[in-house]
Amino acid sequence: MSKTITIDGKKIPFSEGQTIMEAATEAGVYIPHLCHNPDYEPHGSCKLCTVSVNGRNCTACTFPAMDGQEVISESRELEHDRQRITQMLFVEGNHFCPGCEKTGNCQLQAVAYHLNMLDNHFPHFFADREVDASHPDILIDHNRCIFCTLCVRASREKDGKNVFAISGRGINKHLIVNSASGKLGDSDIDVNDCAAHICPTGAILIKRQGYRIPIGQRIYDHKEINEVALEQEREGHGG
Amino acid sequence: MADKIRVATTSLAGCFGCHMSFLDIDERMLQLAESVEFDRSPITDIEHCTNCDIGLIEGGVCNSENVHVLREFRKNCKILVAVGACAVNGGLPAMRNHIDLEDCLKEAYIDGIGVENAQIPSDPELPLLLNQVHPIHEIVKIDYFLPGCPPSADVFWKFLTDLLAGREPELPYELVHYD
Ligand code: SF4
Ligand code: SF4
Ligand code: FES
Repeated sequence: MSKTITIDGKKIPFSEGQTIMEAATEAGVYIPHLCHNPDYEPHGSCKLCTVSVNGRNCTACTFPAMDGQEVISESRELEHDRQRITQMLFVEGNHFCPGCEKTGNCQLQAVAYHLNMLDNHFPHFFADREVDASHPDILIDHNRCIFCTLCVRASREKDGKNVFAISGRGINKHLIVNSASGKLGDSDIDVNDCAAHICPTGAILIKRQGYRIPIGQRIYDHKEINEVALEQEREGHGG
Repeated sequence: MADKIRVATTSLAGCFGCHMSFLDIDERMLQLAESVEFDRSPITDIEHCTNCDIGLIEGGVCNSENVHVLREFRKNCKILVAVGACAVNGGLPAMRNHIDLEDCLKEAYIDGIGVENAQIPSDPELPLLLNQVHPIHEIVKIDYFLPGCPPSADVFWKFLTDLLAGREPELPYELVHYD
């Protein structure tokens, strides 16, 4: 007997141990997310995947699917919350898309497009953040980090290296690099590491490839992130 | 015949790129001119905007004059629209926000390459620079936002034709770009 949950009224089967996000992805239902990536342990930090489960809000990427659950994802309230969360991510960092190499290929920007976010709503922090260009092949622009910890997880789980960590809390939270100087150039990250390629934003970039694909011809210039995410992430589940 | 819709436009801390992009609606401008009349804008010689229906603001706020102009637009326009990345989030001018103002001025007017007769301009007629560049929603209430650097001609067209037809303006996915 197969177990099911419903998402926005649609019945969806799941297997034991799956999260709501995993069940949804496998069934072709997109729930907006940024810190979730099916190849890594869920982290539950961005809160973008917030859904209502039997009337209570929780993050779909960390919450286990259970038989008979009623999940609501596409209500006006939740979509409004997601837009506000995304706006907070924009004002907390310094996101000047016209000057960012990742524009058009950026998941943060693409989620914002998907949510039809036309403004940042909140006053901007204009926080002081640094650029670390000390590594010969890789660059970190802390202005664009959203603390999703994907680089942290990729370095630990896939590369076996532990190059990154998040330090501090609240407004003082920042991404740190595990090297004596704190500089990326003195760490043992390599340009072929998963951690160098996982960043959903333009915070970690590979040098000397910026404009190989012209702006206007990039992924999200043509396709919405729901389509792209489902295409890419269902493969990972053999779906 | 009903009165024409009055539109005012201005560029604060912007590069006029958004105005140029607006002009890219090309021959559709003639169609627009049938129902729209321009108040203060670069194509008229009006110094202060008077009662208008729509105010289009390009650029963020970087000096005291920008604050003044923005407040005047808010007072006189029924609908105020933030046009382009600089108006929406400060844009590239806001990249100076974590550099000390004095350092910015020194770099531009004293230490910059090729500067002759180095001095920081201090004429009392010059508007005072603010410490930081701000998006316009931080100063006055804004009714609509058109993102893009610049927003494409089609964005202007879709927005204005929706508004003129009495529809709630909506931008389809292909027209929303932050770059
Ligand atoms: S990281 Fe993404 S959202 Fe941030 S500036 Fe770059 S393209 Fe824009
Ligand atoms: S650098 Fe990129 S991958 Fe790492 S935490 Fe920041 S946004 Fe996430
Ligand atoms: S994707 Fe679930 S909290 Fe970030």
